[in-house]
Amino acid sequence: MSERAVGVDAKLLEILVCPLTKGPLRYDRDAQELISDKAGLAYPIRDGIPIMLPSEARALDQTSA
Amino acid sequence: MTDASVFDRAQVRRQRDRAAARLVEHDFLLREVADRLADRLLDLTHRFPLALDLGCHGGEMAEALAGRGGIERLVRCDLSPALAALAGRGGGPVVAADEEALPFAPASFDLVMSNLSLHWVNDLPGALLQIRHILKEDGLFIGAMLGGDTLWELRQCLLEAELEEQGGAGPRISPFADVRDLGGLLQRAGFSLPVVDSDTITVTYGDVMRLFADLRGMGEGNAVAARRKSFSRRATLFRAMALYEERFKTADGRLPATFQVLTMTAWRPHVSQQQPLAPGAGRISLGDALNHPGSSCVFPPP
Repeated sequence: MSERAVGVDAKLLEILVCPLTKGPLRYDRDAQELISDKAGLAYPIRDGIPIMLPSEARALDQTSA
Repeated sequence: MTDASVFDRAQVRRQRDRAAARLVEHDFLLREVADRLADRLLDLTHRFPLALDLGCHGGEMAEALAGRGGIERLVRCDLSPALAALAGRGGGPVVAADEEALPFAPASFDLVMSNLSLHWVNDLPGALLQIRHILKEDGLFIGAMLGGDTLWELRQCLLEAELEEQGGAGPRISPFADVRDLGGLLQRAGFSLPVVDSDTITVTYGDVMRLFADLRGMGEGNAVAARRKSFSRRATLFRAMALYEERFKTADGRLPATFQVLTMTAWRPHVSQQQPLAPGAGRISLGDALNHPGSSCVFPPP
């Protein structure tokens, strides 16, 4: 939920990569997620803090949008 | 997690998450070492436009630097989302990230700092390699971690008490790296000009329970994967506490606890850094210099 539109630092997004594949991330503003297509994982952003932990990420296969 | 892991990273994270709420009551060691790291940075004239605090706990490093150290922007990250949030309360970018799987693009940072966090990493060579990758050329890594002499008094007493009371012992205090290990690892990870040194900080306590409270309060409880999962028996703990008092109590009735802090500094290689000459490239004979009559050293040679 992103009712509080806490912006993620734009400069921070430029240097973030997927911790597993080191590949690029897509920023899904509505879902407040950073998506790694290569790893098939979506990392949540909570209160403006990217949670770049594979254990906290949503697997894309299960509930693909 | 593979079976070969020494540390249970999920447990490290749980302990840090739990510690977040009351960290300020127990963070003196984090603050002390942050101050020492900051002092070293302030000695440098380098500018660091973008810096990373890796394993930032409650943000002690940023507070110690107070905007100094030539840093323009500081990104902070911690394995614990709760600690990352605590560090970020005053603003500035924060990330929850695992030192074992860094989420940063290559050549992102001019400086990576780490204050008392890397001693919980299973794959330290891998973590150092990743740190080198995220540094720009001529970027600096400066990190403090606990070394092998840390809590040796407690380690000795717990081991002995457990052997006496339970006829066997499990690991209760982490295995740590030592100075020589770290120098070699930095070199192997491809850093240049690596330096590792050791500081000892002795903290004195009124009683052992206060030491335990501080360790837990910093999120530094036992997270060794092979730790005994059951609660410690009271008898064993009491015996260990009695041994501690018997052996280590000082004249003024205090109990010392040793923390060994290993500090690493190393740079991502760059052509501007000093390089060793190729063997045989010297132009002055050592024999001539040593045999020169009447003086022990003549430089440059006549």
